[in-house]
Amino acid sequence: MTTTTATPGPIAQLTHDVLEAPPLTLRDLAWRRFRRHKMALFGGITLILLVAYALVGTLIYPESYANHNDTGQALQAPSAAHPFGTDPIGRDVLARTIYGAQISLLIGLAAVTIETLAGILIGALAGYYGGWLDSVLMRFTEAMLIIPEIFLLIVMAKFFGNKIPDINLFGRIFSGSVIVIVVIIGLTSWMYLARIVRAEFLSLKENDFILAAHATGTPNLQIIIGHILPNSIAPIVVSATLGVANAILAEAYISFLGLGVQPPTATWGNMLDNANSYMDTAPWLWFFPGLLILLTVLSINFLGDGLRDALDPRSRTV
Amino acid sequence: MGTLLEVNNLKTRFHTPEGTVYAVNGISFKLDEGETLAVVGESGCGKSVTVMSLLRLIPIPPGEISSGNALYRGVDLLKLAEEDLEHIRGKEISMIFQDPMTSLNPVLTIGRQITESLRTHMGMNTEQASRRAIELLEWVGIPDSTRRLDNYPHQFSGGMRQRVMIAMSLACTPNILIADEPTTALDVTIQAQIIELVIQLREQVGMTMIWITHDLGVVAGLAERVIVMYAGFIVEEAIVDDLYEDPRHPYTLALLAALPRADRRRDRRLKSIPGAPPNLVVEPHGCPFAPRCERVIDRCMNENPVLTQVAANHKIACWIDVQTGAPR
Repeated sequence: MTTTTATPGPIAQLTHDVLEAPPLTLRDLAWRRFRRHKMALFGGITLILLVAYALVGTLIYPESYANHNDTGQALQAPSAAHPFGTDPIGRDVLARTIYGAQISLLIGLAAVTIETLAGILIGALAGYYGGWLDSVLMRFTEAMLIIPEIFLLIVMAKFFGNKIPDINLFGRIFSGSVIVIVVIIGLTSWMYLARIVRAEFLSLKENDFILAAHATGTPNLQIIIGHILPNSIAPIVVSATLGVANAILAEAYISFLGLGVQPPTATWGNMLDNANSYMDTAPWLWFFPGLLILLTVLSINFLGDGLRDALDPRSRTV
Repeated sequence: MGTLLEVNNLKTRFHTPEGTVYAVNGISFKLDEGETLAVVGESGCGKSVTVMSLLRLIPIPPGEISSGNALYRGVDLLKLAEEDLEHIRGKEISMIFQDPMTSLNPVLTIGRQITESLRTHMGMNTEQASRRAIELLEWVGIPDSTRRLDNYPHQFSGGMRQRVMIAMSLACTPNILIADEPTTALDVTIQAQIIELVIQLREQVGMTMIWITHDLGVVAGLAERVIVMYAGFIVEEAIVDDLYEDPRHPYTLALLAALPRADRRRDRRLKSIPGAPPNLVVEPHGCPFAPRCERVIDRCMNENPVLTQVAANHKIACWIDVQTGAPR
């Protein structure tokens, strides 16, 4: 009986390092959960590759090459000289998808920035202050939701098209229509985010820690930005991620209708528009931009899905 | 010692879909500089609403402070503009809340939350504020405070979090500290530690305190004066020793009889108060305690007794004299 307790071994090998290891931060936990999500990792990596495609490609092909037309080379099938083939006026499809990638990604990010800012602003004010301000802002949001987005997009694109001069950004000349599209997509897509943010604020503002913040004399604006917003960052990030995909799609179909970004600036959407009459005769015209749109939207959606799991504060899985 | 806070006839209501809730019904009290005032009563008797009304921390609407004033150094807190009140909250009067598990923002570091009021109220820069935060954390007994500043609330235990809350509320050395049941959510040993800590800190800075609790045992060792509340009314107000030795209100007597005591026989059952607290949606009529009172007389049903002086520093709101059982 006594012999078994005579030589007690160590229960666990706790080295000094283990004991001193700092506890996991919220960010560590989120990253751990994200890594578990294989599809999200795939999405993230694909996106990085797509960005690299858009950036590295410009080092190989100058923009003038992407817009260089040579009718003698028109509608050539993919070959060593033109890996993705050429379009009806002899431009290289590969070079155009590279410059189109820049525009599409830029539109995606810029439109989402506008969408997120507008959504947070309106949602936060409505949810935090409530009362008549909430009623006014939410009725406005609903009014915007009632109008079919595609219809709004088309009308606004038609109205504002060709009214904005070209601009020079990062050494590239962008057609003014890019700005128009960005603003239009941003201003027609913030409503869902505003509702999400409002719902978050409505429930978060009832928390004890918000009462505690009031009790220490924290001004309202600081409570909104510094205390409630950081708590609702997860749904905002997820919604913004998915918003990028939607913005890219919106640009694609509005350009496909010929109302979006105007040639010669290439976007995946207006490249599809050009391919419209060559569906079966020159499939490479729609295949490559179509594939890129598909890959981008798919990987962004996977990424958003992974972020939703990773950033969910209620998720207890480590 | 002068009067620091004077509350007169404070009434707070909540207009809910079920009807108007009469939460606080005409409360008056004074708080002298340097003293600790305990407010006791069972859940839902308006203790928290009373102090939250003082700093206008109740949600308005549905809440409404329908009458009264709260003079802090001659300034009526209930009429102050929101921006001016923000300078009082946290700087002049600060609060500790009941549940340390939910009173800290889960996504902000402890350091960020402590330094916030220092930056808002004292105009400190980031470096000054974090130096002060480290001092504060050490002061409330959190070891390794420099490293702890970058930690999140989930990395602290309940007792530690309440210490952090105390550090936050003391950051700007307020004149009045309102503690709203600060030990209720903690287990008994941690409770004792926190009370010990608060007593220590109070002696070091000579702070005035309002301590809200439903634990009469805690009150005895901590407060100088006690207010007993029932259904939004003050029913008894006395020096702490008088309240235990010579309780004059039937409700206070019943509360004390329901208290477990180490020096009493264990085999006797604790005496509970029959009935339930009144529904506050009904406008008060008569003495609120009358339906549960053992000594109820006809007058109690129709007329609500006002708080009257019955001895030196001892006020009660009751129509009878509990010692003789005769109407007063």
